[in-house]
Parts: sequence; structure tokens; C-alpha cells
Amino acid sequence: MKRWEREGVVELEDLDIPSEEYLRKGVAITECLQEIPCNPCVEACPVDAISMETINDTPKIDYEKCIGCGNCVDACPGLAMFLVKVTGDSALITLPYEFLPVPEKEERVKALNREGKEICDAVVKRIRRGRTTLVTIEVPAEYALEARNIKVVR
Amino acid sequence: MRIEEHPVLEFERGKEIYFYYNGKKMKAYEGETIAAALHANGITKFSESTKFHRPRGFFCGIGKCSSCLMKVDGVPNVRTCITLVKEGMVVEDNDGELPDGEVQEAKTVEMEVDIAIVGGGAAGLSAAIEASPYASVVVIDENPRPGGQLIKQTHKFFGSKEERAGTRGIEIARLLREEASKKCNILLNTSVIGYYDRGHHFLVAVNRMENVVYEIKARKIIFATGAQENMLVFEGNDLPGIYGAGGVQTLMNVYGVKPGKKGLIVGAGNVGLILAYQLKQAGVDVVAIIEAMPKIGGYMVHAAKVRRCGVPIYTKHSIKRAYGSERVEGATIVELDENWNYVEGSEQDVECDFICLAVGLTPSVRLVAQTGAEITYINEAGGWIALHNEYMETTKEGIYVAGDLANIEEASVAMLEGKIAGLHAAHSIAPVENFDEKMRAYMENLKIFREGVFGARPKMAKEKIRERYHEKMGKGRSG
Repeated sequence: MKRWEREGVVELEDLDIPSEEYLRKGVAITECLQEIPCNPCVEACPVDAISMETINDTPKIDYEKCIGCGNCVDACPGLAMFLVKVTGDSALITLPYEFLPVPEKEERVKALNREGKEICDAVVKRIRRGRTTLVTIEVPAEYALEARNIKVVR
Repeated sequence: MRIEEHPVLEFERGKEIYFYYNGKKMKAYEGETIAAALHANGITKFSESTKFHRPRGFFCGIGKCSSCLMKVDGVPNVRTCITLVKEGMVVEDNDGELPDGEVQEAKTVEMEVDIAIVGGGAAGLSAAIEASPYASVVVIDENPRPGGQLIKQTHKFFGSKEERAGTRGIEIARLLREEASKKCNILLNTSVIGYYDRGHHFLVAVNRMENVVYEIKARKIIFATGAQENMLVFEGNDLPGIYGAGGVQTLMNVYGVKPGKKGLIVGAGNVGLILAYQLKQAGVDVVAIIEAMPKIGGYMVHAAKVRRCGVPIYTKHSIKRAYGSERVEGATIVELDENWNYVEGSEQDVECDFICLAVGLTPSVRLVAQTGAEITYINEAGGWIALHNEYMETTKEGIYVAGDLANIEEASVAMLEGKIAGLHAAHSIAPVENFDEKMRAYMENLKIFREGVFGARPKMAKEKIRERYHEKMGKGRSG
């Protein structure tokens, strides 16, 4: 049994991690691992980079085609899409955020891992407001594949 | 206890009004239920058990469990969870006495329609929208707002574009409500209290707020009465502060009232997982989600987003007891072994002021059972079920079922079943153009929904239901 089946925590080995080259370009990473009847990410992608054979499949991302626009992050009902772009020593992570307060641009927040534990400081670089707000944070590159939520500390 | 700010919801609170609880003047807002107003004022004990005088609070929040009965303006046994609070209303403890006020004469309204739909949730409203271009339709719902369980779902729905994937439940409820109310008559606060076979289908319904009795003659009836939340057996399970998960969703997401400060959730199916996330969104702490099975039952994406907020999920755990004097003050949880027995010495004390049970649902079958439609116990479907065919028609001609009443499933399925029942009911009154084509599309979508890993149980349930239906009916009326 996988850890996510028992505890709800995805491990890196469960994921299709893009190569360094694609991470530098900035692409979407899917953490949707279960066959559920759902496909808004496929519909939302403007460049047809996300594919599914049937609606019950898990999404496959073509990193060559992916332009890192974030539409799938906004569309995914399971909040299981993230954008990751590694630039030198730091990484930009775009994640869905449905809580209050919404942080300000350049605000220092805490980055949380998949268990909700604080792992490092992060700086908010971009906010795309909506009912699901997309927050782009900057973290040290080593946390690119770990930081998946934020905590606003005021 | 009121939520002032929410990331997804905006609460439309009506005019400020005052009511009396056991002689004490309290503030409320027009448009909220008595139960919500009492909670907002910090009152969670609504009544006492008759024999041992144990304190009781509400459980289901949708008028199904009778745990919230109180005396309102002299009338005993009023379901406070679905009755709107009014200016100057007198709310008291139930004392088991008969009404002391004068009983008002009720007005009787006779109605004749092609299709009566009982229940205005995802299935009922979808059936109404589908059928009303071809037939006269009335929808009857005993809640103050239509939309069933959709009105408290803040998460975006899964599925395909056709079934409004990516749209939040509350938004789907609004769209359905707007469309249905343009096309047909919706009677709210109105409980159907009986079905009679008078050579035609006949329903008696009562508007509890306005004292109106409806006598409805219908050519077809679609029952979409939904389901009720299951109780779990453990010590102290009747304490105020122990709610059905849906009851808390109603309180929190419809009326903007918090159930407490810190909650424990029992059950890691989708309902329990979604509720944990919604509580966090409302600013309420969740100590843990516990689950008796070795695996999380709900979608992994829901579990993952709850975990990212720091809520732990303990599988192979159950609740042993809840304690507190007037309401929940804590709980003891315990680990389970392979044979579902308590693991000795694994008891843990959990500090919490409310507990939500998300341990499955049982179809609300009692009303449709009055029609004489064949009812059978089917475990996979959640309990007693009215047998039905692929068009959702029961063994009694002209009586249909749809949604959770017809098998516990997702809201997307309820909407599709509603459309199928509505379309077939209309078509059997007068032929509908392109009937075959429309029906085929709905059935194809339904089939796709039941294909994934989560579709296995509902699919098996439906197969059993149809098999028994055909055994009962022979090859006669399967279409």
C-alpha cells in the first residue's frame, strides 16, 4: 500500500518529475494519482499538453508542450496541479490557495510541505486573485519539489 | 460563533431580528433557521431525552433525524433545523405537552400537475429542469432553500464539462435554482406527509411556515428525497456537539455559524475529507480525521489538500467514547487491529469541543415506500432501496426515484439520474422529440462516471437493483 493511500501524503517516487531542463523552463507538475472521473485540466490547457485516454485516467503532461501558464492549477478541482520553475538557487512555485488572509506581493510567508509542516521561508512573488487564488512563491531551489502550501504569518 | 470573513463564501444575512429562547431575548438574522440562530448565540443543547434527561443537540441539520425538536410558539416537536426564525418567536424546551395555543385553521390548496417532484436537491431540480419544457411540474422541498446538499459545497466539482466540472457546488446550486424557478413551481418549507393511491397518484403536503395544506394530484411522481447521515455506536454519542458532517456543513456554509473551536472528524471518505478542509477555511481547527479502514476512502486529492493544511489522518482508528457534561469536551480514540478489535493500550485522549460523523449515508426511503413500490435491502446501495429500471422508474408505474435515494453516489450522478427520470416521465405522458438521442447521451455519461475505481461499488449496487427489478417485473416494463 502506498503512503498516500494510508496517510494522504504523496511521495516524490509516486510522481512524474520533469527533468532539470524542463524545471528550468517552468512546467506544471501533477499530483493527481488516482483514477477518478475528472478532466477540467485537459480542457483548461491552451496548448494541449495534458492528455487522458478516458475521463477516468490520471493526467499526463507533455513537458515539451507545457508553457507553464497555470491555467490547470486554477482549473483542477482537486487542487493537485502546481507550477515549478527553477532559476539558479531559487525556485518559483505556483500553488492554489483558498484561505484567508491572502498574502501581499513581496510578503514573507512560511512554506509548508505535504504534511503541513513549515520547511522554509518563502517570498510571495505573484498573486492571481480568484476564488481559488494562485500564489507564486520563491523558495530555495532545494525545496522546489517539497513546498506545496503556505502559511501567512502576521 | 459567526463567521465574519470567508475565502469562498459570502453570507447574505437578512434583517436583524429578535426571538426568545426560554424567556431570554436573542439576536438573529432573517432567513436563518432557529437551530443556526441558537448556535450563533452559543446554545447547543436543544432538548433532553424523555427518560434520563440527557442533553440533546441537533445532528443532521436537514430535518431528518428529529434530534433538534423544540417547542416553537406553543407548538411542540418543531424541527428547529429547518424552521426559519421569526421576529418575536418564542422558542422553548420541548415538554411533551400538547399545543397550548389555539390551533390555526389550515388553508387547503388543490393542485393538479403532470409531474410532482419530492425533493429539490441536485436530482430533483435537474429532473424539474429536464421535464418542465414538456410537462407541468411542481417541486416540493421541506427546506427553506432549494439545492439540497449542493448549497453547502464550497469545493469545485469533479467530472466533465457537461456535468459542470470545475464549478463549485454552491454555484451549481444557484444555476439549478435559477433555471428551475423560471420553469416550474417550487414549494419551499413544505413537507410531503403522505402518498395515497386514488386510482391516480396523490400527495398531501404541508407548508409548515404558512399553514397551508396542498393536495396534489399528479400523473407521475419523482421522489428525490436524498439520504440521511449514519450514526455510529459509541459511549456518549448523543451529546450535543456530535453532528453529522452534513449538519456542520449546513451550519457553517449556509448560515455562517461555526460549530465550535476544535473538531474531530470520524470517517475519511470524501464527506469527512471535504468537511475538514471546509472547517479550516472557516477558521475552525481540526484535531484529526480518524478512519476505521486501513485505507483512506475518499479521493486522494482531497486527502492531500487536507494534509497540506496540517490535519493528520489516522487510518485503522475509531472513536471509543465522547465525554462532557452539557456538550462535547473531548473524546477517546483507539487503534483497531485486523479484526476491528481495539488494540490494547492504544487509547488516546483528544481535546475537542465538537465531533463530526462522516460514516456514510442511508437513503431516505420511507416516503417512496408508501407508494407500494418494491423496497429491498441492498447493502452496496446504502440500505433499503426502491427497485428501479434504467429509466429510474420503480415497480409502481409512474413512480420514479433519483439521486441518493436510488443509491448513495456523487452529486454529478444525482443530476444525471434526475435528468433521466425527468425526461422519461415527460416522454411517457407525451412523446418528447429526440427522446432516444437525449436518453442515450445521459446514460453514456452515467456509465463513464461509474467506470473508475470509485465507480465499482455504485455500479455493483445498480446492477443488483436492476436485476431484482427485472426479476420482480419480468420482461414487462423495462422499456
